[in-house]
Amino acid sequence: MNKTRRSVGRHLAALACALAIAAAPAAAKSFRYADQGDVLSMDPYMFNEQLLLNFTGNIYEPLVGRGKNLEPVPQLATDWKQTSPTVWRFNLRKNVEFQDGTPFTADDVLFSYERARGEGSDVKLYVGEIKEIRKVNEYTVDIVTNQPFAILPHMITTWYIVSKAWCEKNGAVRPVDVRKGTENYASNHANGTGPFMLKSREPGVRTVLVANPNWWDKPEHNVTEAVFTPIGNAATRVAALISGEIDMMEPVPLQDIPRIQGSPDLKIMQGMEARTIFLGMDQKRDELLFSNVKGKNPFKDKRVRQAFYQAIDIDAIKSRIMRGTSTPTALMVAPAVNGFVPELNKRLPYDPDGARKLLADAGYPNRFELDMNCPNDRYVNDAEICQAVVGMLARIGVKVNLLAETKAIFFPKVLRRDTSFYMLGWTPASLDSHNVLLALMSTPAEGGQGQYNLGGYSNPRIDELTQKIGSENNNTKRNAMIAEAFKIHAQDIGHLPLHQQPLVWAMKKNVELVQLANNNNFLKWVVIK
Amino acid sequence: MGLEVMTTAPDTGLRAWFARVRDSDVFYSFRRSPVTIAAAVVALLCMGGALFAPWIAPHNPFDMAAINLMDSFVPPVWTSQGKVMYLLGTDNQGRDVLSAILYGARISLGVGVAAVLLSMVLGVSLGLLSGYAGGRTDAVIMRIADIQLSFPAILIALLIDGVAHVVLPRGSYGSIAVYVLVFAIAISGWVQYARTVRGSTLVEKSKEYVQAARVIGRRPAAIMLHHLLPNVMGPVLVIATIHIATAIITEATLSFLGVGMPPTTPSLGTLIRIGNDFLFSGEWWVAVFPGVALVVLVLSVNLLGDWLRDALNPKLR
Repeated sequence: MNKTRRSVGRHLAALACALAIAAAPAAAKSFRYADQGDVLSMDPYMFNEQLLLNFTGNIYEPLVGRGKNLEPVPQLATDWKQTSPTVWRFNLRKNVEFQDGTPFTADDVLFSYERARGEGSDVKLYVGEIKEIRKVNEYTVDIVTNQPFAILPHMITTWYIVSKAWCEKNGAVRPVDVRKGTENYASNHANGTGPFMLKSREPGVRTVLVANPNWWDKPEHNVTEAVFTPIGNAATRVAALISGEIDMMEPVPLQDIPRIQGSPDLKIMQGMEARTIFLGMDQKRDELLFSNVKGKNPFKDKRVRQAFYQAIDIDAIKSRIMRGTSTPTALMVAPAVNGFVPELNKRLPYDPDGARKLLADAGYPNRFELDMNCPNDRYVNDAEICQAVVGMLARIGVKVNLLAETKAIFFPKVLRRDTSFYMLGWTPASLDSHNVLLALMSTPAEGGQGQYNLGGYSNPRIDELTQKIGSENNNTKRNAMIAEAFKIHAQDIGHLPLHQQPLVWAMKKNVELVQLANNNNFLKWVVIK
Repeated sequence: MGLEVMTTAPDTGLRAWFARVRDSDVFYSFRRSPVTIAAAVVALLCMGGALFAPWIAPHNPFDMAAINLMDSFVPPVWTSQGKVMYLLGTDNQGRDVLSAILYGARISLGVGVAAVLLSMVLGVSLGLLSGYAGGRTDAVIMRIADIQLSFPAILIALLIDGVAHVVLPRGSYGSIAVYVLVFAIAISGWVQYARTVRGSTLVEKSKEYVQAARVIGRRPAAIMLHHLLPNVMGPVLVIATIHIATAIITEATLSFLGVGMPPTTPSLGTLIRIGNDFLFSGEWWVAVFPGVALVVLVLSVNLLGDWLRDALNPKLR
């Protein structure tokens, strides 16, 4: 009896201790979240991918950021104005320090520009219109564009400023090339000016951020530590959330939305992402790299592209794979993107018989074979969509060998253009159609044009229009040109647009988040109650 | 050795052979064990189903052109929304689960048996060599075996599979996934055979018949093949039977982890992986039926293996 009482006493003491320990970090709020894939690098110039830019955007900051309504807001620049059609003056924020204590100055902006447009960078696109950056004084720079470029502030919202001194000291003056799969110091370390600092990183396992106590702005979040974990398996990710192991995760497997909504401790945030999922085809090479058709490239024939297009039953994909949550599209941009043309958003009808006939007319009456590259941990149900497409193409007599791989293998491969037929998703970071025209539809060239036009689609008229759209200030004229370019692209069947995917997050009820169509850097707005 | 059935049958007449089987100790113990008989029946059914899948399966799940996405997630036939043409329902791509299981079992069994055969050939050869040659050869082979034994077999299979993914020319992987799997599982399992055979060989090689063979000048290879091998095969057969079950599980694990069979030609493990994503959302049949099929298959093979071990072990009789 006595022994029992003593034992109880000891337990109480232990409990008290535990409570005391628990009480201390109660003020310190830890936010644990998961995504289906890892952030491939901590270097924001290494790979132009939403998740990577999103994540590193917690550590690094651009000159111009985006607010809760996606409007451009001052970040490392306090204000900017056009001093001539091609010159923009940016006043930089004073008394800002990088996380290693070095002050942020105009030299860092100049250095970041050289780094972003130089060898190995995957974000050339965002600085491609910039001709030069001139240092006026320590806290003022002039950005000179190649031609009048009205949307410059929008264009640079995902070009983050890195520290010159830190990069030089650590041998990271050049970012590593995503296509080569190598690493340098900046791949696993970071030194930005942003609200969070990198505490530890284990690639593929866990990345921990802590709040930056010296951040120049007043934090809206109340997170002291954020733990990011990639969990590839959808069911495991859901289980982790339900068991309380994590506070938030994305993307939510579409089949599990009702179950999570039914849980008393969890909630769902769902919106439409401004991302368009599409398929691309190698239209450049004279012979496809991965096909049994030799001596010619079937995709050079528009009838083949159209046959592929009309073989895809987008409504079946929507109802069965996307469970009704996707928005099928004929355009390569989402309604949230400036320049979206509702009248042009009409898909060619699903018509397998017609598709078979088109193939026969093009000279491929018998089965032909080719490989398809697909990620399996990047977009919502990406591999399932590809698998369904393989089935649909099989019905018109095309045998597709599907390679659905993790994005760490998939992206370097397709960015090297080692592909004949691939899936990709694209959100224009500027939320303007010009970005899509420039990145996906322009003839590939140095300086970011066509950087993600992996199939080498080319139409000189679109190149010309893209150029003009960049410098046009009159919105009506500009949108008319965008519409013309999109119309040409649709007529050429330059890509096979599929749909806009839903943006579905699941989280504990006590977590407040801000969800934007560009899948924003949400950490700075996380509030845990 | 109690292996009359296999090794000592000079009379090759079929009738005589049946008689020998009927009168053998092994068959006697088989008849006396209802569990074993049940296991044998189930295993035979599984193997028959797998072997004749193209003829008995209601659909061809590998024919992408025949799969209709609009038929995805049809529940089993006895539920209210079930369809007669899909007895056990369909998966996320509209594949008939029953057909997928039959075809999947075909791959699982095929990979399992092939891997075991390869493993056996490799392990027995190395074990014989190691035991008979002794000395440095023995030391090298057994140290390699020791090192390999310190890793779990699944890890080695994963390693080989992972390396194959990277090294092999891209594009071709899907078509050779089966061979890579067989090789990976075989390499991860040879040690058991080698060690057992080596032990038996060490015992056998000092016996008179081996001495005699050596005295009359037979070459070592011939001695190993013609004299030693038949006498060390008993335990190997037992290991092989149980190893088939392990190999099937290893294959399923690799496929479940996504490094085995691709989703377009699924094995049982791949089917379970696909179904795993839909367990929470109520589409249980996609994962449960392949899971049950795997359990039944492995259990029956395991029970047979256990029985064979007991039947061939005179100490347990």
